Amino acid sequence: MKTLRILSRNIRDSFKSVFRNFSLSLASISCITITLIVVSVSMILSLNVNNFTSLIEKDVTIVAFLKTDITEEETDKVYDEIITLDNIEKDNVEFRDKMDISKEMMASSETFKSIMKDWTREESPIQDTFQIKVTDINLIHKTAEEIKNIKNVDVVKYGEGMVEELVKVFDVIRKVSIAIVISLILVTAFLIANTIKITIMSRKREIEIMRLVGASNINIRLPFMFEGLTLGIIGSIIPIIITIYGYNALYNHFDGQLFTQFIKLIKPDSFVYLVSLILLAIGMIVGMFGSIRAVRKYLKI
Amino acid sequence: MDIIRMKNVKKTYKTGTTAIYDLDLNIKKGEFVFVIGSTGCGKSTLIKMLYREEKPTSGKILVGGIDVGKIRNGKVYKLRRKIGVVFQNYQLLQNSTAYENVAFALEVLGLPKSEVHPKVMKVLDLVGLKNKAKQYPNHLSGGEQQRVAIARAIVNGPKILICDEPTGNLDPKTSMEIMEVLEAINKLGTTIIMVTHDIEIVEKLKKRVVLLDSGRIVKDYKEGEYKK
Ligand SMILES: Nc1ncnc2c1ncn2[C@@H]1O[C@H](COP(=O)(O)OP(=O)(O)O)[C@@H](O)[C@H]1O
Ligand SMILES: [Mg+2]
Repeated sequence: MKTLRILSRNIRDSFKSVFRNFSLSLASISCITITLIVVSVSMILSLNVNNFTSLIEKDVTIVAFLKTDITEEETDKVYDEIITLDNIEKDNVEFRDKMDISKEMMASSETFKSIMKDWTREESPIQDTFQIKVTDINLIHKTAEEIKNIKNVDVVKYGEGMVEELVKVFDVIRKVSIAIVISLILVTAFLIANTIKITIMSRKREIEIMRLVGASNINIRLPFMFEGLTLGIIGSIIPIIITIYGYNALYNHFDGQLFTQFIKLIKPDSFVYLVSLILLAIGMIVGMFGSIRAVRKYLKI
Repeated sequence: MDIIRMKNVKKTYKTGTTAIYDLDLNIKKGEFVFVIGSTGCGKSTLIKMLYREEKPTSGKILVGGIDVGKIRNGKVYKLRRKIGVVFQNYQLLQNSTAYENVAFALEVLGLPKSEVHPKVMKVLDLVGLKNKAKQYPNHLSGGEQQRVAIARAIVNGPKILICDEPTGNLDPKTSMEIMEVLEAINKLGTTIIMVTHDIEIVEKLKKRVVLLDSGRIVKDYKEGEYKK
């Protein structure tokens, strides 16, 4: 009961204080708002990148073409070497015999059939292949090189750059936005600390009296913590609205995919609420962090 | 029974100034003690150590059984709840009414409104300000403001009331009115320690008087002994 009373008093006071120093509070709130918008954008971006890279990863296959004159023994050796590599799914290495490939091609088109129907194993220009899946698409280039260096492997082909390039670009964007977010968070925490500092200064007498009449330290500090928290919560309102409505609009505008059908966007349903929750949490943490800093520094008990 | 015991107390500030030297002082429960002496002789330092605004450099101070020199910062509030403090400049919240100023002292301790109200009205009555409860400090005279401050200091029922020159800003007549309030509080059982410059008051009230000079007690007059 007593705790509850003190708590409700603190919440009321923190709101009062936010509005009493409105211009100052506004600076902090705007800063949190901007920070959280950037956080939101970069979070939506990187979660989507993660999502579609993992989707693409499932599809990207390295095809290793073997020399035409290879023996069965040598083929086994190539297989053994492939499965010792790091970045491959070991039970997903598939051998495809050239005669099987011919059959498939002949089945798919009459033209192929007329050309290929008389080819014997020895004559066929088609090569045996291994189809290999990687676990980390970022390393696909290196893995392909390693496979190419295996004896009796002739040529290696895979998703051909486009996917790789796209992943690289998004990765850079993600890293840059993380850097921006971190610096923005620092600036915000500093601004909040400053706001709280001013509040502490302006309530010096109140604090003095509280100490004098025997309010406990936690009781004296709590209102300022709550003020930071309140700033954080108010500052996260606009970013949350933007996240929910903005992402839904974006998703609908692009019909759930970006540029090509390969890049599927995450469905907004629960995703936007998850992001919103994280934004609120970050706002609260930054607010608390800023006020703890100010209280530590300026509210000597 | 002594409610305050000071033994071999010394206080040297960080600046190197020693404000109190080897001071011994015992005060009984229910006593009214004046602390007098010239400016800078260490009166404020002496009482600040009682409510742990300052820590003694050496020696022992017991206030209501609490070893003041030993309590940790986080526990100081327990000592403060046993002590009321009044200053020369009242220290009121200007944006709060007389009532709110007094109630503040209870609200920050988490008392419910139902308990706050009767206690506040009772002390406002005791200091004679029941009909000015809704006034803001800048609409009250100096004497009235000091009475609000006194009401705030005693609303939580402290055992000890410490006053640092409470009549310093008041004219003689108003000062006497304040002294009447303090005497009434003392009669109800609260121990009072009052620092003052006002020799007239000290002589008139005939209480115990501790005379300080350069950080030492040079004279401890029993009730009625002190003469100008
Ligand atoms: N916070 C402080 N820091 C350093 N010196 C102080 C401090 N407070 C008081 N003093 C010094 O201690 C001495 C006693 O001061 P004080 O106790 O305020 O005297 P009084 O109240 O009798 O006028 C003075 O010399 C004063 O300058
Ligand atoms: Mg003084």
